Amino acid sequence: MMSKSDGDICFGNPTELHGTKAQIPNVATEKNTFTRLDDEDKQQEAQSPTMSPLASPPSSPPHYQRVPLIHGYSKLRSSTEQMHPAPYEARQPLVQSEGPSSGGPGAKAPRHQASLIRSFSVEREAQDSNSNYPDEPWRITEEQREYYVNQFRSLQPDPSSFISGSVAKNFFTKSKLSIPELSYIWELSDADCDGALTLPEFCAAFHLIVARKNGYPLPESLPPTLQPDYLQAAFPKPKWECALFDSYSESMPASQQARDSNRMEKATIKDAAADFPAPTQATTGDDSQAIPKDSSSLKARPRSRSYSSTSIEEAMKRGEDPPTPPPRPQKTHSRASSLDLNKVFQPSVPATKSGLLPPPPALPPRPCASQSEQALDAESHPQLSRAPSQAAESSPTKKDTHAQPPLKPIRRKFRTENQATENQEPSATVGGPSSAATAKAHPTVQKQSSKQKKAIQTAIRKNKEANAVLARLNSELQQQLKEVHQERIALENQLEQLRPVTVL
Amino acid sequence: MAVCVAVIAKENYPLYIRSVPTESELKFHYMVHTSLDVVDEKISAMGKALVDQRELYLGLLYPTEDYKVYGYVTNSKVKFVMVVDSSNTALRDNEIRSMFRKLHNSYTDVMCNPFYNPGDRIQSRAFDSMVTTMMIQVC
Repeated sequence: MMSKSDGDICFGNPTELHGTKAQIPNVATEKNTFTRLDDEDKQQEAQSPTMSPLASPPSSPPHYQRVPLIHGYSKLRSSTEQMHPAPYEARQPLVQSEGPSSGGPGAKAPRHQASLIRSFSVEREAQDSNSNYPDEPWRITEEQREYYVNQFRSLQPDPSSFISGSVAKNFFTKSKLSIPELSYIWELSDADCDGALTLPEFCAAFHLIVARKNGYPLPESLPPTLQPDYLQAAFPKPKWECALFDSYSESMPASQQARDSNRMEKATIKDAAADFPAPTQATTGDDSQAIPKDSSSLKARPRSRSYSSTSIEEAMKRGEDPPTPPPRPQKTHSRASSLDLNKVFQPSVPATKSGLLPPPPALPPRPCASQSEQALDAESHPQLSRAPSQAAESSPTKKDTHAQPPLKPIRRKFRTENQATENQEPSATVGGPSSAATAKAHPTVQKQSSKQKKAIQTAIRKNKEANAVLARLNSELQQQLKEVHQERIALENQLEQLRPVTVL
Repeated sequence: MAVCVAVIAKENYPLYIRSVPTESELKFHYMVHTSLDVVDEKISAMGKALVDQRELYLGLLYPTEDYKVYGYVTNSKVKFVMVVDSSNTALRDNEIRSMFRKLHNSYTDVMCNPFYNPGDRIQSRAFDSMVTTMMIQVC
């Protein structure tokens, strides 16, 4: 089955790669690239096809799509700062591919993507060595796994429990696949036919949906790499990472790993924290948005990954389409839902890292800032966007300092933030402190760019400041939300009172 | 061997019907249709009988010269009708029961799929493959 489908795909290479598969996420391409081009220079990779917003964030890279897709990303990315293996980063390009797709406008995204791809390739090689299964498209990568796990958690907080059939149905229906196909995918993935999905079953189903959206024909039976047993054995980490999300205390020891991991973890933890409470609290409207956020933040989590965690999150959010509506508007919503971070924020206070960094902030500051600006303006949550963007920038800033000559990226980010703040409506209280924090952060970082330790400490401080700002924002926004709810209730009451009068 | 397997909904419309020798499909469809009357007879005769495997299995509905028709009803009044070749005298009652049990299990699995709306035609490939197995192996 798989071989057959792969073979079919291979024959259809050129056209599929470049033309039609608009929906092939970068992730998919990355995967292919990795399998094929383990030793190839990533920079040779061709531009990946534009990812339509509907593409699922993680996609099993088709076998044949190897080089061209990933090459594109590497080209786009100029700097090689992100050579670190970062599975989450790999996901990021996939998600980000939607935006930059052609690589032109989204300079940052491609950069991140390229870096992610490289890191991903490293990751990929490791994964390949672990498995003997030849069906690459059906193997779930680390990043994809994390994304799936995040999505699972958004639907069902307990990773060891089930997702009921109706919940899963609503979730998968958002992928816009036809009902018979979804029914078939369910058949394949629900191994025990109990009408509920465990975590590995959910990952398998999600992976099949992603593959289907990328044009892969569905297999006749569940591929061995998607069997629940295999998934349970192959990916113990994500569960561990999921656990991390739940408890900041765990994040502390995790962060004590290499500096890179520390930095990443900070960003990831924030994202995780932000995402985690967000989905649970998200209302019907926010659900979709929260979900992408969570997925993105969760992806950023991978411990040893470096810098681009925030960008990955951003990318994931954008890329998350199957489960949710168009990405852009989601960002704003996700931010709003991130207000619930307060709950998570409080326990995470001991965790020095700026835990509750809302997902919106992404590595590519410019696109993030612009997007956040747009979203915020639309949502009229300027404060929130500013704080997150600032927080995000601080985290990526930290990372950058560690990785490379920090000044330049920092400056860029600062500019972005400045632009963001200027563009957005001035939120007196929140905006002030956040911008101040940002301003403070920048010079500090610049001074200590040469010293990594000081830079890390600076990053920690920034994160703390961002955390405080975000906490304030959260409380304020929650108050606003309550007020709005009350107004709504009052209006509804008035409407009800008026109705009988008119009827009579 | 089962030459025809049919799943009939409570309202007596087919959810799934499949015959092995496809050239005489219409004949089998007709046989299944006529057997529904017999099924309804037996169901009403059961009355408030306890629901267990025995009651679910209706046994031989009516024999013809070439075929035998067996029936099975679930608790939700979904009926399974199976037409077997009379020449297969080796088929015992227990085997028919086990076949119906497998059918019932597969039908339950189809029901568990949240994307399946009760009342739709059964398009599950797993169900198809199971029926194919049943039709072939008994030969």
